[in-house]
Amino acid sequence: MAKYINTGDKDTRSGFGAGLLEAGRQDPNVVALTADLKGSLKMDAFAKEFPDRFFQCGIAEANMIGTAAGLSLNGKIPFAGTFAAFATGRVYDQVRMAVAYSEANVKIAASHAGITLGEDGATHQILEDIGLMRMLPNMTVINPCDYNQTKAATIAAAKHNGPVYLRFGRPSVPNFTSETEEFVIGKAYKLSDGKDISIFATGHLVWEALLAAEELEKQGLSADVFNIATIKPLDIESILNSVKKTGRAVVAEEHFIAGGLGELIAGNLAIKYPCPIEYVAINDRFGASGTPKELMKAYGLDAEHIVNASLRIIKK
Amino acid sequence: MNDITKLKEIASQIRRDIIRMVGMAKSGHPGGSLSSTDVVTALFFKVMNHSPQNWERTGAGRDMFFLSAGHMSPLLYSALARSGYFPIEELATFRKIGSRLQGHPATDTGLPGVYEASGSLGQGLSIAVGAAVGKRLNNDPNTVYVLIGDGESQEGQIWEAAEFAYHHKVNNLIAFTDWNGQQIDGTTTEVIGPDELDKKWSAFGWNVVVVENGNDMSQVLDAIEKAIAFKNKSEKPTMVMLKTDMGKGVDFMEGTCKWHGKAPNEEEVQKALAQLDETLGDF
Repeated sequence: MAKYINTGDKDTRSGFGAGLLEAGRQDPNVVALTADLKGSLKMDAFAKEFPDRFFQCGIAEANMIGTAAGLSLNGKIPFAGTFAAFATGRVYDQVRMAVAYSEANVKIAASHAGITLGEDGATHQILEDIGLMRMLPNMTVINPCDYNQTKAATIAAAKHNGPVYLRFGRPSVPNFTSETEEFVIGKAYKLSDGKDISIFATGHLVWEALLAAEELEKQGLSADVFNIATIKPLDIESILNSVKKTGRAVVAEEHFIAGGLGELIAGNLAIKYPCPIEYVAINDRFGASGTPKELMKAYGLDAEHIVNASLRIIKK
Repeated sequence: MNDITKLKEIASQIRRDIIRMVGMAKSGHPGGSLSSTDVVTALFFKVMNHSPQNWERTGAGRDMFFLSAGHMSPLLYSALARSGYFPIEELATFRKIGSRLQGHPATDTGLPGVYEASGSLGQGLSIAVGAAVGKRLNNDPNTVYVLIGDGESQEGQIWEAAEFAYHHKVNNLIAFTDWNGQQIDGTTTEVIGPDELDKKWSAFGWNVVVVENGNDMSQVLDAIEKAIAFKNKSEKPTMVMLKTDMGKGVDFMEGTCKWHGKAPNEEEVQKALAQLDETLGDF
């Protein structure tokens, strides 16, 4: 299988910060807002370089979303940044009416998504945000896998006309995608070619999927591995082509099963190409405190669980 | 004919439109629409720099008006149509399937004059604040106007927006509160107090103009003049508090919450129309 090199662990939120700065340099209409989380979202560099285009909203997320929608009317491209829990659940109605229904060109920058937020615990570990956001008409949902891709996705989101939910995380994780590749919204990135199983992963689980494929290779099995960096619109064609070849799929994500990528893919395949599927995701329970690594293991979100799910399904 | 007489005539026709639209749709919100008719008439037909025939959603180079209390959609639609944004005949489609005149204002129908959807309360002030900041960034000297309800001001997001607008010195924003003291479940003080809204806005650092009779056209115009003067000399945003009567202009609808979201039947429509002069011709 294709080999991927970790060029050094980095957090995806720093990828967002770097992408925001770059997008701001490319387009003077890019503006940014935060709800008292400038540092956490690595927006300092943008705020320093473009002080007139950066808006501190205080701990008032609802207003931040509305203000971003208003800014977008004037041709501005606002990135509204806060933790994923507060960027979705707390302001769902604002995102729904002022952004999605109104087709406002707002980019919701959602950091600290999922269980790898870690020690702060379940209050802050949203695991249903993908579901919430993908249910909204007009919303594009992007969940990049590493620093480089988050940076590229941020730049792509700025160029895309329409509401975007951009999901990323807190911990340092392997950085292995191309530093120079442009991000294409709506494209499923094929990382490895195989015939025995399709593994569709998103976000932090993409690296784990690659590790799982290496392990499967040792056992004489080859995996078709995809990075589903855009969840909506879903690249169903690439997914279908893969399962038509392998006949089975594992979907791995740092999210609840309910509303997640797995359900989305399964729902599509149920109609277009029914085949056995396993989920590597969290089933109907809240997160907890711990280190990201501990939590990923405890909640079954790592390479080992992807391997086990693959073997279960291959043996069926 | 002086401005005030003319504006009063337009307001009368808009009130007729509101009653007829809600009556024909057999649903909608006449109460607040009628209490806010005078200020909206003043804005659309005298105060605002706008281009109804050449509307663009960016609002660039023009004043912008946001209706945060989206249930007053009959008022907004009538004001838009009567000032030339779209044909007045379209008012007859209000709330009907396939209409651009949705129950609450929407952008996806392509109706000129609607910048953002509204109806879920408490959001429009934030949106207007954002639009005002956008104008500032674009060196656009025009003004952003927004109308909110007093009941709506129970939403926390209103006060988030108030803080932001004060902190970021959003002085190209002029907001209006339809202070009619009524909401669905009763008077605003019965539902949830306190009712000293003007003091709240002052405490949040805004310029506040209180209008003792927000249904008196000359008082409304004076207040807007004061607000515009504030815009030119103050760093603060301005709130104009309009003491109004819910249901203004139709005696059996006045001063009660009963007509917040209830349509008059045919007989009631005729009774209401008998009290409102047809000045510009019904749609």
